[in-house]
Amino acid sequence: MSAIDLIVGLYGTQLNVDSNNPDSSQRDRFIMSKGHASPAVYAILKEHDFLKQSDLDGFRSLGSVCQGHVDMKWTNGVDFSAGSLGMGLSFGIGTAFAAKMDGLDYQTWVMLGDGETQEGQIWEAFMAASYHNLDNLHVIIDRNRIQNDDFVNVQMEIGDVASKVEAFGWSVKEIDGHDMEAVVEALQWSMDTPGPSAVVAHTVKGKGVSFMEDNPSFHGKAPNDAELKMAMEELV
Amino acid sequence: MSAPSTGGASRDGYGAALLNLADDPRVVVIEADLGKSTKSCLFRELYPERTISLGIAEQNMVLVAAGLASCGKVPFASTFAIFTERAFEQVRNGLARPGLVAHICGSHGGIHTGTDGSSAQSIEDLALYRTIPGMTVMHPSDDLSATKLTEQLLNHPNPSYTRTARNKTPRIYDEDTINSIQIGKGSVLKEGNDVAIIAIGVMVHKALEAAENLRSEGINATVVDMHTIKPLDTALLDQLANSVSGIVTVEDHSVIGGLGSAVSEYLSENNPTIIRKIGVEDRFGESGDSEELLSLVGLTVESIETAARAML
Repeated sequence: MSAIDLIVGLYGTQLNVDSNNPDSSQRDRFIMSKGHASPAVYAILKEHDFLKQSDLDGFRSLGSVCQGHVDMKWTNGVDFSAGSLGMGLSFGIGTAFAAKMDGLDYQTWVMLGDGETQEGQIWEAFMAASYHNLDNLHVIIDRNRIQNDDFVNVQMEIGDVASKVEAFGWSVKEIDGHDMEAVVEALQWSMDTPGPSAVVAHTVKGKGVSFMEDNPSFHGKAPNDAELKMAMEELV
Repeated sequence: MSAPSTGGASRDGYGAALLNLADDPRVVVIEADLGKSTKSCLFRELYPERTISLGIAEQNMVLVAAGLASCGKVPFASTFAIFTERAFEQVRNGLARPGLVAHICGSHGGIHTGTDGSSAQSIEDLALYRTIPGMTVMHPSDDLSATKLTEQLLNHPNPSYTRTARNKTPRIYDEDTINSIQIGKGSVLKEGNDVAIIAIGVMVHKALEAAENLRSEGINATVVDMHTIKPLDTALLDQLANSVSGIVTVEDHSVIGGLGSAVSEYLSENNPTIIRKIGVEDRFGESGDSEELLSLVGLTVESIETAARAML
């Protein structure tokens, strides 16, 4: 839920995708590298007619197109098979390079988790993208400060991630990831910025549900029936 | 069998293949610093706009290949065999699992790599990649076969791993015989009804030499270059199992999980046959020249002959 405002802003204002032509070579790519945010992706794909409600109802069950982690092999509208953290930005370099080689102007948007930036491969990719000046590559970091076991600053603090990315040759902008006006403005800033650019979005895990907000115990755990009822009452 | 003066190492054959494939605009070459060693540098020189240098960062390289493949490119990514292993999980999760087709080449495979020492001598790569669903795994025996097999990857439906060797070995094929080589089909180099010697990579020429020596003793050996260990040519294995008294497998690779294991896995369940596996027993290598090292670990013509005699 920390990522949902960012995803809504992206699909609503920037991403050029069409459920009637999901495999178009000219479509923008959205690479959800933190694959456990799959419910947010499936929800937006339903809004954009890539998925039906019945697909969402099958989430995580045998044979469902909605796999536990987003998977391009299973789901229309998904451009990457995630689940193992640290790989999405590298994949995005590949799709951004392909656009340049083919003279196509589609954009590649990659969403990273903040905990995910503990993976070394992420920094291999940050370094490679700026070296190759991939101006059609955009990163959004969901800085929700929580990872699987605990808060990021307890597990292994990543510190001032914006400065670190900047030091790797990227343009960086920090925003409140739940301020929709700021989100939309930052995505456009990324489009207008030469070279690769990253938006560090400060977010709150479980945003909108009082007992889930900023609570690491809901990172990988679904609410029980009573909790779900309470959460829906707060949200709707 | 004497070494012809022509020819090169199998890594040279890989480099030549990339040039031969360059007419297809989908072909993209990716490097992680070692292009001069893997011979992808030949492509880079002529087609810099389709060559991507990613520095010493193998994990990133594999996922860049996957991203390119998702956009219809046919990426060929190479580094030392041992360093591809650093990105094993990337090959598994980022490339093969979503069904993307890119081709990984690991050069400097095996103990034959020599003086660099054990850190550079991959003896487990074939075993690793064989476990990935849908992955094609190859290890050509000379430069000509490396060229031909790599060329056949252009429209291959699966991701692949190809191990090449650093050092030159005698040519197995010539300009005519190379034309019948095919991914997934073992090449029968010599026919005999007593024993079969199935070899791979730099050990194929030693298998042929052993077969020559055995013939002078009245022992007739079939010799197979099993350049593709996955998918394995099981029809050929059945044919061999039905016609000879035993099979010797020979590889510059751990005896755990490589060619010998693949052959044993199939035949033990489908056509039980006596098999003797010659390979690197459960140990690391060290610095030395290729022949010294092969002798050190028992990868010799004599050990093949001894194993073959024991089958009769």
